[in-house]
Amino acid sequence: MPRLRLWWQLWCSQWRAGPVRMAMPVVALALGVALASAVQLVNRSALAEFGQAARALSGDADLVVQGSADGFDERFFAAIARVPGVAVASPVLELRATLASRREPLHVVALDPFRAMQVQPALLGEIAGRLRGLLAPDGIFLSGQAASALGVETGAHLEVLVGSARRRLEMLGRLSGAAYPRALGIMDIAAAQWQFDRLGVITRIDVRVAREANPVAVRAAIARMLPPGVTIAAPEVDDARLASATRAYRVNLAMLALVAVLTGSFLVLATQTLSLLRRRSTLALLRALGMTRGALRRTLTAEGVVVGMIGAALGFAGGIALARWMLHVVAGDLGAGQLVSLSGSLAVRPADWAIFVLLGALVAGIAAWLPAREAAARPVAQALKAGDAGTAFAHARSPWIGGALIGLGVLLAVLPPLHGLPLFGYAAVATLLTGGVWLVPAAVGSLLARWPRPRRPVPALALAQLRGNSARAAIGFAAIIVSFSLMVAMAIMVHSFRESFIDWLERTLPADLQLRVGASDGTATLESAAQEALAQVAGVARAQFRRSRPLALPGGAASVQLIAVPIESGGVPDLTIVRSAPATAGVRAWISEAMVDLYRWQPGEHVTLPLGRGRGLAVTVAGVFRDYGRSTGSVIIPRSNYVAATGDTTANEAIFWLERGAHAATVVEAMRARLGLGAALQIRTTSEIRERSLRSFDRAFAITYALEAIAVFIGLLGVGVAAASTALARRGEFGMLRHVGMLRRQIVTMLAGEGLLTGVIGAGCALVLGGALSIVLVYVVNRQSFLWSIDLAVPWAQLGLLTAVLVAAAAAAALTGGRAAVGGGVIRAVREDW
Amino acid sequence: MVRETSCRTLLEVRGLAKRFRADRPPVFSGIDLALGPGEYLAIMGESGVGKSTLLNLIAGLDRADAGAIRVGDIEVTALDDDAATLLRRQRMGFVFQAFHVLPYLTVAQNVALPLELLGVPRKESAARVAAMLTAVQLASDGGRYPRELSGGELQRVAIARALVHRPQVVLADEPTGNLDARSAAQVLALLREQVHAAGGAGILITHSLAAARTADRVLTLTAQGLEPLA
Ligand SMILES: Nc1ncnc2c1ncn2[C@@H]1O[C@H](COP(=O)(O)OP(=O)(O)OP(=O)(O)O)[C@@H](O)[C@H]1O
Ligand SMILES: [Mg+2]
Repeated sequence: MPRLRLWWQLWCSQWRAGPVRMAMPVVALALGVALASAVQLVNRSALAEFGQAARALSGDADLVVQGSADGFDERFFAAIARVPGVAVASPVLELRATLASRREPLHVVALDPFRAMQVQPALLGEIAGRLRGLLAPDGIFLSGQAASALGVETGAHLEVLVGSARRRLEMLGRLSGAAYPRALGIMDIAAAQWQFDRLGVITRIDVRVAREANPVAVRAAIARMLPPGVTIAAPEVDDARLASATRAYRVNLAMLALVAVLTGSFLVLATQTLSLLRRRSTLALLRALGMTRGALRRTLTAEGVVVGMIGAALGFAGGIALARWMLHVVAGDLGAGQLVSLSGSLAVRPADWAIFVLLGALVAGIAAWLPAREAAARPVAQALKAGDAGTAFAHARSPWIGGALIGLGVLLAVLPPLHGLPLFGYAAVATLLTGGVWLVPAAVGSLLARWPRPRRPVPALALAQLRGNSARAAIGFAAIIVSFSLMVAMAIMVHSFRESFIDWLERTLPADLQLRVGASDGTATLESAAQEALAQVAGVARAQFRRSRPLALPGGAASVQLIAVPIESGGVPDLTIVRSAPATAGVRAWISEAMVDLYRWQPGEHVTLPLGRGRGLAVTVAGVFRDYGRSTGSVIIPRSNYVAATGDTTANEAIFWLERGAHAATVVEAMRARLGLGAALQIRTTSEIRERSLRSFDRAFAITYALEAIAVFIGLLGVGVAAASTALARRGEFGMLRHVGMLRRQIVTMLAGEGLLTGVIGAGCALVLGGALSIVLVYVVNRQSFLWSIDLAVPWAQLGLLTAVLVAAAAAAALTGGRAAVGGGVIRAVREDW
Repeated sequence: MVRETSCRTLLEVRGLAKRFRADRPPVFSGIDLALGPGEYLAIMGESGVGKSTLLNLIAGLDRADAGAIRVGDIEVTALDDDAATLLRRQRMGFVFQAFHVLPYLTVAQNVALPLELLGVPRKESAARVAAMLTAVQLASDGGRYPRELSGGELQRVAIARALVHRPQVVLADEPTGNLDARSAAQVLALLREQVHAAGGAGILITHSLAAARTADRVLTLTAQGLEPLA
């Protein structure tokens, strides 16, 4: 106990001597943990909401018979209901109704209320007393979320678009958030089939298996009678399908937050190392006075653990606040636009606190243990003698380990994804980074050794100081290299993505105007007459109509987009083709890169596209194109082949070339007047779309930039800490130099020069390392996360500016750190004997 | 490099007084002192009496409250910080109790420091450093680093550094405080020898009578002033 008290005293005195210096690692760790925990909490509440919604929809169903959005014939329902062992079968028509007043479609679930009561009692419980109303041919119940999003009350009318026609539905009542947390409309199945022109069609059958029946046998029996394109599965699959769409994006964010935590723990390592250097005579004294090596090591590690726990606890508190804010302001949409939490409720479990505090304690403990091990191992007599600071940590870094780590990183980078995630890619980034930092002392040492000795005494001293104090210098360098190389890698990756994205936009937007009717899976379409009318609007030189719709492929997690585009025979669509097959006869299809990864389709391969209702279209893959619009896959086929196969002549997308001199706004106005489809009709000029797309691209990466900026800020803190503590430890030296006749400004110049040199060499190493990391990010992590390729493009100007800012900041940090140490008291410092 | 051979007193102190806080009595007052070429003086006195303070004043590192200090023909008390620094650079040498040899420079580089600051050409500087190292019996140690040296050797490096630019005034504040008796004797003998050889004035501050006796003259500092050793 007395030892603990003594340590407490020493530790407190350190805080009194340098509160800012001591607080920095706490703040840095807190920042990292705050970000990591906020991302984690928001993700979880959004996912929890998804899960709750999915459970409410599937209710007590044991099995779900799922067709594509086109649905299948309802007579399968009658057959399945008769399968022995089926207790209840409930037919469902699920659709995305395009509303006249809004762009986003409304998720509508149409059920047979009496059967559904036995499968989804929680969902229907609240409206059980009003089931008669549900049977009205134009009645719809809305969930609380849907009602407030649409701004309607019970009794109000809702206009939906079916094809190009408007239908009116009456809102019969409102479900509470407890029954369903997201936006949903519930209708009677017969009413919906009639209102949405889907007579005789259902998309799903929920099945409850009788208690005494064998579910496996029931499932097999049902599976045998299903038409192609219709599957049967346990309802959990649905949750996974919802969550997997944004999984890569979420993992990406979590990794970035972890980078912030790691950079924070690196700062713990840096401060702790420097503080041990500063205290080495105190520590040597304690050893001389009888403290064992092990006890010293444990106590020093405990210091880090305490710092880590404080930082993590503060960070988690900040993370909760940040998560609340994110849910409130951006509704939990972390930039991907898909994973949105609507209820805005945040569930924080005590276990989360424990996990994050333990995480903080662990990383900080490790960060403190590394230097503590060396400090405790140092011979006491050596440490009691002044002047061994420079060599203290130099011996521990074998360049072989660094080289081995880099080799391992390269190996990890070429491994395929794990569970569809680039986990090996992330590991490769971490390993390469660690290996790179490991090589820092050796690389910097040999660089400094080769650096020509300046003629003038002040720069010569600065160089000698960096050469001699390799341990301290390495910390400054490593701080810069860790944070800046990540920033460089990220900047190159985002820039490459942006350039490729712009290129892709140019190619996919060849015309002047773009038109869409609702969402591609919505109920609104343009019939031939409407297409004709649009093409004849004054000012339109040329029109091209497309049909895009979801395509449910067996074995796919999320649905694929099928786009039927007018393509002349022998022609090629306007796409960024990355691979193509030699010309073949038959129907040609172009597939996005994701199709290759998800379904293993290859150019030249013959595949059959299930177009719903048992119709298939045999196509040959003619080429692979880049599609930044969808990472779940898309297929483009000639529209003539699509019409021939399905008889569907409707369209829901169009592009228009305008006549020279035609006024876009007037044309748009005329188109709107012709169709009367309300807000569901979206017409935008190409430049508007380009602008919007780039804006949302930048927004999606805003959080990335924020996280990176924080990492660099933490890195600069590291430089400042290293400079300040170096300068403090060198007060005696400065005092002597002042005696010997060095001007105050010469000492300041010397410090700035050291900072400058640290910045230049650090930034140089970081640019090399960051360039290597960006290759992994571009070709491995990005490719495996989003299933699309991007071309490497280096933002030279941006990197140049960043480097200049960093070098200046490093010099400034060294200056501010040093300035205090050259103040008046420095004269007396010659008498301080450590 | 400025060098006056015409001036007979190298260091002259008149009526010097220093007070750190207004509510306390002055550390000392009425200090008079004059040193000529080759004169080597030891100052003793109780701890806290102001010996180090006196050296700081002479070096222009601290401001006096009253009195005058002349180094050669220059009035130190009238100089601003930069001018005082240049004066130290050209005409003074220091030896500290704690050595203050830079750990990341070699012995020779440490000794060359004052010459570097003065802009002495490298060739000449190297020759003078070599000569100085020979003088302090470290001729073969120029390439070694301070961590490989003993305390006595380190202090000899410091003496070489203090004298390499042939200062007019050498100030040594308890240079043997950290050394054993044998090393101390060696260092003191060297200091004395080199001050005489360089023809400057030297002040040695020490607590040890034996050390003080190596100087030409011994004075005791009290609050009233400098007095010959009783
Ligand atoms: N910067 C300062 N502010 C206030 N008081 C000071 C300052 N520097 C020195 N003193 C006081 O002035 C007196 C003389 O200090 P000085 O260091 O000159 O003593 P000294 O004779 O060198 O002692 P020692 O033999 O122990 O080295 C002491 O009482 C000391 O406390
Ligand atoms: Mg003293």
